[in-house]
Amino acid sequence: MPVETWLIFTLGFMILGSIVALEIRDILSAIIAISVVGLGVSMAFLFLQAPDLAIVQFLFEIFALIILVRAFIDKKNHQFEPSSSSMVMTIVGVVAIAVIFMLSIPMFRLLPPFGEPLMSVSQHYLDFGASETGAANLVASIILDYRAYDTLGEVTVLFTAILGAFAILRTTAKHKTAGGNDE
Amino acid sequence: MTVYLLCFALFLVGLYGVIAKRDLIKIILSIGIMGYAVNLFLILFAYKRDAIYPILTPGAAPQVMVDPLPQALVLTSIVIELGTTALLVALAVRLYQKYGTFDITKIRRLRG
Amino acid sequence: MNNHGMTLIVKTVTRITVWMILLYGFYIILHGHLTPGGGFAGGVIIALAFLNVLLAYGRKFTQEWLNIHLLETVESLSALLFVVMGVIGVVIGGSFLANFLSKGALFHLVSAGTILPLNIIIGFKVAMSLFLVVWVLAGVKMSKGGEA
Repeated sequence: MPVETWLIFTLGFMILGSIVALEIRDILSAIIAISVVGLGVSMAFLFLQAPDLAIVQFLFEIFALIILVRAFIDKKNHQFEPSSSSMVMTIVGVVAIAVIFMLSIPMFRLLPPFGEPLMSVSQHYLDFGASETGAANLVASIILDYRAYDTLGEVTVLFTAILGAFAILRTTAKHKTAGGNDE
Repeated sequence: MTVYLLCFALFLVGLYGVIAKRDLIKIILSIGIMGYAVNLFLILFAYKRDAIYPILTPGAAPQVMVDPLPQALVLTSIVIELGTTALLVALAVRLYQKYGTFDITKIRRLRG
Repeated sequence: MNNHGMTLIVKTVTRITVWMILLYGFYIILHGHLTPGGGFAGGVIIALAFLNVLLAYGRKFTQEWLNIHLLETVESLSALLFVVMGVIGVVIGGSFLANFLSKGALFHLVSAGTILPLNIIIGFKVAMSLFLVVWVLAGVKMSKGGEA
């Protein structure tokens, strides 16, 4: 079977999974549904010959699942979506999405067809990457040699994310220890 | 073409969640869906028919490979997304502590 | 205090598997320039190993087992080291983050110049920052009704 058939199947499965995740009222089920969608992305990366990304996406999924469950699911009571969104907003949302989808179809015709990328810069990386950097994994040679500056930006973003989480949550942690000392 | 459109539909499902949902957790999940769709779209764009993964193997004849550049960009993007999700979760937990609810309309009403 | 964390079965299994997970993470980081993986994937695996301990044994034990301040220091130092590598590249190679070490032979573990050290730095950076985010999140109790 051609890879396109597999991809259409996987993508359809993912769209279905994300609709389930958004519409189901039980929060735990929604989080697990979103993880299934992420594993679908990981599988699609394997079909598209990107093993690096498949590994990282798989790990991302596990990590996100742990974070979300740990933060939002209480041991004692199962959480439910407090109130379903209003009927008007749902209808407006669906109509807006449908209109955007219709309007975007001509734009997608302008893109190069699936399976024939442009590869004007990448051809140089493929031809000379191994001899210029000495790395067998050409993706690694790009992220850490040709475009290492990009990775520096990524490091900065991660640093900012952890700093933000600390800044948001540290104050409450201090409150808690102060309360604990009073007991 | 069909694959691109389906990927865009996945993005739009996430967009619908951001627009129409009122639960903060659902909004975070929708942002995650949009992230998946964008990453997947870039990799779909990089695929070359009958090509193999861009990693050399010892003793193998050189073959046609897929585009490695979008793969490198998406690799960083996935990890950044993880940091962003964690930050969003931290914000949501903090809001819950302050207002006792995840409903954004109620949070708006309870200002101060 | 022994009741913190999960059951005895989970704790025993964790005691054995956490080292295997850590070893696998380091393997993935060190072979990043030869096989799929690299600093990002290996870093997430190491963070997951620490997270495994945190979930199985609870917060108190993890605080004794791991030096959280040391982790914070490693986290910031790895970001600094990345920039330092870039500056050394300016001095020796002529451009920021230039590959100034010898390239070595293809398919050997010690090859590819600065890609290997940068992979290790990235691995530590990703592992520490992701674990610390979860650490901060796990310390927060979801108090009903709120404090305000």
